[in-house]
Amino acid sequence: MSVLVFVEIDNGSIKKTSREAIYFGARLAEQLSGEAVVLAIGEATEAELEQAGKWGATRVLHVSEEKLAHENSLAYADVLAQAVGATDSKIIVLAKSGLGDAVAARAAAKLKASVVSGVTELPDTQNGFKVVRSIYTGKAFATVEIKSAIKILGIRKNALEVVESEKSAPVEGFTPTLRESDFAAKVLEVEKASTELSLTDADIIVSGGRGMKGPDNWQPLLDLAGALGAATGCSKPVSDLDWRPHHEHIGQTGIKVAPNIYIACGISGAIQHLAGVNGSKCIVVINKDPEAPFFKAADYGIVGDVFDILPRLTRAVEEAR
Amino acid sequence: MKILVCISNVPDTTAKISFTDNDTKFNKTGVQFIIGPYDDYALARAVELKEQHGGTVTVLNVGESESDPQLRKALAIGADDAIRVNTEPTDSYFVAAQIAHIASQNSYDLILMGRESIDFNSGVVHGLVGEMLGIASYSPVMKLDITGNEAKFAREIDGGKEHLSAALPLVLGCQEPIAEWKIPNMRGIMTARTKSLAVVEPVSVDDSTVLEKYALPAPKGSCRMIPAEEAEQLIALLKTEAKVL
Ligand SMILES: Cc1cc2nc3c(=O)[nH]c(=O)nc-3n(C[C@H](O)[C@H](O)[C@H](O)COP(=O)(O)OP(=O)(O)OC[C@H]3O[C@@H](n4cnc5c(N)ncnc54)[C@H](O)[C@@H]3O)c2cc1C
Ligand SMILES: Nc1ncnc2c1ncn2[C@@H]1O[C@H](COP(=O)(O)O)[C@@H](O)[C@H]1O
Repeated sequence: MSVLVFVEIDNGSIKKTSREAIYFGARLAEQLSGEAVVLAIGEATEAELEQAGKWGATRVLHVSEEKLAHENSLAYADVLAQAVGATDSKIIVLAKSGLGDAVAARAAAKLKASVVSGVTELPDTQNGFKVVRSIYTGKAFATVEIKSAIKILGIRKNALEVVESEKSAPVEGFTPTLRESDFAAKVLEVEKASTELSLTDADIIVSGGRGMKGPDNWQPLLDLAGALGAATGCSKPVSDLDWRPHHEHIGQTGIKVAPNIYIACGISGAIQHLAGVNGSKCIVVINKDPEAPFFKAADYGIVGDVFDILPRLTRAVEEAR
Repeated sequence: MKILVCISNVPDTTAKISFTDNDTKFNKTGVQFIIGPYDDYALARAVELKEQHGGTVTVLNVGESESDPQLRKALAIGADDAIRVNTEPTDSYFVAAQIAHIASQNSYDLILMGRESIDFNSGVVHGLVGEMLGIASYSPVMKLDITGNEAKFAREIDGGKEHLSAALPLVLGCQEPIAEWKIPNMRGIMTARTKSLAVVEPVSVDDSTVLEKYALPAPKGSCRMIPAEEAEQLIALLKTEAKVL
C-alpha cells in the first residue's frame, strides 16, 4: 500500500507546505506499514527532488513535460489520477492551497474518492480511518470517518512538526498521457511579483491595518518584515482602499495563513480578520488602543503607536543578529 | 446566457460557534444564517452579467428549508428562479453530486460558486462539479467578463494573478473583487415573492464520510503585555520564551 503525495514546485524547489505534506504522508504510510511516494510535476533538478527522502518519501515520480510547466490544475489532477493507478495508492496527501484544493477536487471526482480538506493531525487508523479537520474558518474542528476506498487529504499548514532525516529518495521519470481538453484555456498574462515571499509559505508575517493610516506609511512595516525575512499582509479595508495589493488581504474573505509568528500592526482584530490567522503559532499585536479585541487572541501585546514601535523592533532584530 | 449560482447557507461571519448533543450537532440557537460571503460575490457578478448580456440566473442550494430565506434574498438581489435540493449537505462529494445532477438536466453556460464555503472551507465543490460534468473549473476567480462564447477571467495565484480565456461552459469559484455585494431593494423584495423556488428531492449518493464529533479549539492562554517603553524585549521573548524565532 502506498500513500501518494502530490507536491508543488516553485522556482525549482519543493514548496515548504509540500514538504510538510511529504512528512505527513510518510508518517501516515508508516502507520499503515506502507511507503510514501512523491509525485512532482514541473522543472526541478534531481538533487532537489531526492531531498523528498529527508521528509520520509521512499521514491519520487517526476513529470517534466514542457506542457505542464505552467500551473494547470486540470491536467495535474489527470496526472495524479494516473499516478494513483500506477502506484496502487489508496491515499493521496497534498498541502491545502489554491492549487492543492483544485487538484484534489478534480482527482476525487475521477477516482470516486472522498476529499477531506483542512486536516490538522495524523489520522486515527486503529479502527476505521478517522481524520480531524478544521471547520468554520478555524473556529472549530470536526472528526470525520472516511469510508471510501480511496481517500484524499488536504493538509493544513503546521499540522505536524517536521523532523528531517539524512535519507534521499530515488527519482524516476513518470510519463502520463495528456488530454487536449485540459489545455483549452489560454493563459493571457501572468502578473507575479517573483521576488515576493509567498504568504501561505511564510514562517513570519508582518501585517498592517487601517492604523497604518495610509499607503505611504508602509515603510516601517516593510523594514521590519525585511529584517525578519517575513512576508507582508494586511486587513481587508487596507486592500479595499488600495493601500496594499489585493493578494495580501488576510481573513475570512481573504487568504488564510498559519505562520509561526503573525505580527499585527494597527489592526483592530475583527472576528473576520481573526478567522484568517487563527492557525498561527504565535500572535503579536501592536495597537494604540488597549481595548482592541485583537489582544484577546494574542500571545504578546504592545500598547503603543506603530510608528514608534516598528522602527525600534527593526533595530532590535538587526542588533540581535 | 444561462447562469447557475450555487449558494451555501452558513452562519454569519461573527457567529459564535458551539455544539449540542454530545458535540455531534451544530447549535443553531441564536445564530443568524447568511448566503456564504464568497457565494454572494458570485451572485452579484451573475446578476451584472445578466444585465449586460440578457439571459437567466438560477440560484441553487443543497440544504433544508432553513435555506429558503437565503434563496429568497438571492431572488430579491436579482436571480430569476431558485432550486433547493431538499437534504442535509453532509459532505463535499455529496453536495457536488447533487449540483452536478441538476446541472446535467439544464445546459448552463456558466456555473458560479464561491471560492469556498465558510462552514467547511473545503474549496472543492467547484472542482468536483466541473469534473463530474466534464467541463473546466477554475478558482479563485477575481475578475470575469464574457464576450460571446468566451470568458476572460483573472485567477488569484500565489503572490499575484493570472489572466485566462476559455470557452464556455465553465465552473468558476469566485471571490472579491469580482463584483460588489448587492443589497436587495424594495422592488426586488416584492418581486422575489412571485418568483419560483422549486424544492426537489436529492439523488442517492453513497455517504463516503461520516461525522463523528465536533470540537472547539483549546482556549487561548492570556496575552503577555510588553510595556511600550520596553518594546524591544519582544524579539528576545520570541526567541527564548515562545521559541518561534
Ligand atoms: C462578511 C465580512 C467579511 C469580512 N472579511 C474580512 C477579512 O477577510 N479580513 C479583514 O481584515 N476584514 C474583514 N472584514 C472587515 C472586518 O469586519 C473589519 O472591518 C476589518 O478587519 C477592520 O480592519 P482594520 O483592523 O485594519 O481597521 P480598524 O477596525 O479601523 O482598526 C484600526 C486599528 O488600528 C489602531 N490604530 C490606529 N492608529 C494606530 C497607531 N498609530 N498605532 C497603533 N494602532 C493604531 C486602532 O486602535 C484600531 O484598533 C469583513 C467584514 C464582513 C462584514
Ligand atoms: N450546500 C450547498 N449548496 C449549494 N452550493 C454549495 C453548498 N455548499 C457549497 N456550495 C458551493 O460550493 C462552493 C465551495 O464550497 P466548499 O467546497 O464547501 O468550500 C461554495 O462557495 C458554494 O458556492
